[in-house]
Amino acid sequence: MRRFRAGWLVSSLLVPLASVVAGFLVGALAIVAAGADPLQAYGALFAGAFTNRNAFAETLVSTVPYVLLGLGLALGFRAGLFNIGAEGQFYIGALTGVFVGYSIHGLPLLIEIPAALLAGMAGGFAWAAIAGFLKAWTGAHEVITSIMLNYVAFLVANYLIDGANGKPGVMVAPNVSTPRTPDVDLGAMLPIIVPGSRLHLGLLLALIAVPLVWFLIERTTVGFRLRAVGFNQGTARAAGISVAQTIVLTMGISGALAGAAGIVQVLGLSHHMTDTVAAGYGFDAIAIALLARSNPWGVLPAALLFGALHNGAGFMQLETQVSSDLISIVQASLIIFVAAPAIVRWLLRLREQPVETVQITQREVETPVG
Amino acid sequence: MTAFLQQLDPVSLVSIMLITATPLVLAALGGMMCERSGVVNIALEGIMLTGAFIGYFVAFLTQNLWLGLLAAIVSGMLIATLHAVLSVSFLVDQIVSGTVINILAVGVTGVFYRTYLETATTAGPGTLPHWNLPLLSSIPVLGPILFQNQLVTYAMLVLIFVVHFVLFNTVWGLRTRACGENPRAAETAGINVYFVRYVNVIASGALAGLGGAYFSLQQIGTFLPNMTGGRGFIALAAMIFGKWTPGGAFLASLLFTGSDQLGSRLQSVFQVHVPLQFLGMLPYVLTIVVVAGAMGRAIAPAAVGRPYKKT
Repeated sequence: MRRFRAGWLVSSLLVPLASVVAGFLVGALAIVAAGADPLQAYGALFAGAFTNRNAFAETLVSTVPYVLLGLGLALGFRAGLFNIGAEGQFYIGALTGVFVGYSIHGLPLLIEIPAALLAGMAGGFAWAAIAGFLKAWTGAHEVITSIMLNYVAFLVANYLIDGANGKPGVMVAPNVSTPRTPDVDLGAMLPIIVPGSRLHLGLLLALIAVPLVWFLIERTTVGFRLRAVGFNQGTARAAGISVAQTIVLTMGISGALAGAAGIVQVLGLSHHMTDTVAAGYGFDAIAIALLARSNPWGVLPAALLFGALHNGAGFMQLETQVSSDLISIVQASLIIFVAAPAIVRWLLRLREQPVETVQITQREVETPVG
Repeated sequence: MTAFLQQLDPVSLVSIMLITATPLVLAALGGMMCERSGVVNIALEGIMLTGAFIGYFVAFLTQNLWLGLLAAIVSGMLIATLHAVLSVSFLVDQIVSGTVINILAVGVTGVFYRTYLETATTAGPGTLPHWNLPLLSSIPVLGPILFQNQLVTYAMLVLIFVVHFVLFNTVWGLRTRACGENPRAAETAGINVYFVRYVNVIASGALAGLGGAYFSLQQIGTFLPNMTGGRGFIALAAMIFGKWTPGGAFLASLLFTGSDQLGSRLQSVFQVHVPLQFLGMLPYVLTIVVVAGAMGRAIAPAAVGRPYKKT
């Protein structure tokens, strides 16, 4: 599909790069407004993300869920679906996965890990498929339904772990001070791949997922259908593609990837789930997929950038008292520049360069007749 | 039966429903102005959060609630202008633009909250005063419900009629709806589509900003991170369920807050021991059901969500 055109380099490399730079510049303004020195803050951010072996390993640890989440969003975008509920799917995936992970015992690693992974993906699939189903059969916009499902997912997790009305949760571990699920079985834990760090096998899983998702989108019937639906639903329908089925399936796969991110976090890092909700994964995933221009390969560098931001932000907050929320500002600004190539083109003084606008929810722009 | 009614206390129930519906109705009215002109506004959540923060921040600095209220409205208008610039002028996908604003709002309010407010030692200026309207407030039943409120709730009640009047009884409303249904035809008829959309998007920012002020200046008198808790999205659902009309959105908002209140009252009155989390899910599940169920019958403005390129 994608050939080397004159504008390709501009739209696929220059615009995202310029957007990242512009995003950091806007972030710098916010740092100044918050009364700190941007160079110092960004210096600390960079140091926290890269400068020693363990910092970089931690950056990769943070990158793992972002790759999977970003792939899920990118896949949805290709079908014209805006899965804003990746966060809820992440939690449901972690819940179903951790349940299998602590329920099985003594089986070989090669059975336990895939079993827990599959359970997590199934949970994410089912949760996202609800929004897909509603979109396909009633037209309810997935943006509203999947956001609402996020809140429901948090409450489900809270109920299962914390319990209610004085009764302990169904999934709570016995004899722990703060409510959490039991640890997953030893055989279900993802092995550490760099000794002395927390970097686990999830990195390889994420790296394998990239070509798999690319293959799914570009080289399979399912992928062809989802691209057709994303391009033009009417034409897809006329060509005999079941639009409804494709929407449900695409949302489901998108959710399965988010669920995979959730369970990989559990199997690789925490080994159990608590009721605390680490907010922001859903929005981060959107930013990553937009920055990657919905291309699975592009998700990799975008996720690495976000992993570095995420990991460096903590150190920055510690060193310079600039709140780690700052990275949300950087992220939002860089999406603006990615989503509005016209602004970047204007900033870079590129004239008449055919840079396609990013269209997610619909493909038709009303253009003048004749 | 009377004992039961006394326990349920319907007057205070309706009163609380009305008060908690305030931000929903205001944001839904904003979303309506916006969507009637053809621009989807999922940024309502972020605009409300910004309004809540800036409103409190200014009120805190000046120790003046009224300046805070004004600041909430102005900040809502400013951030909505960003939505208009991106989605109307630069033809950015309206959902993407709205999402950007939502992320930005979390970031900006978070950074400045932690920098300036979290560790502040001085007290805030409190909450907006209750105004009991003379005579009216002593009417039985209606008085306590309608006429013993705080400013944002009164404003909400008035704005329902104002927005209805503007949308359906003025030239501006006709132009707005024309831009939302068929922008090309509107332009052919000499209407400046971009101008109409800009004004409506910015008006929606003012309404949602005021809705944000409800949280920080009227309800609790301080700002907390993410205090809007998804109300902007529920407001969108209320707007859809209310078929893009102010009266409909008002009733739909009452349905949401009613489900919220009824749940907790059932627990205390009937001693029904439903897990707390399930009661908490009610408004969200209801939103999903409503959006799914209403979609078939409610008809959105025809051109909503589509970027329009000028001839």
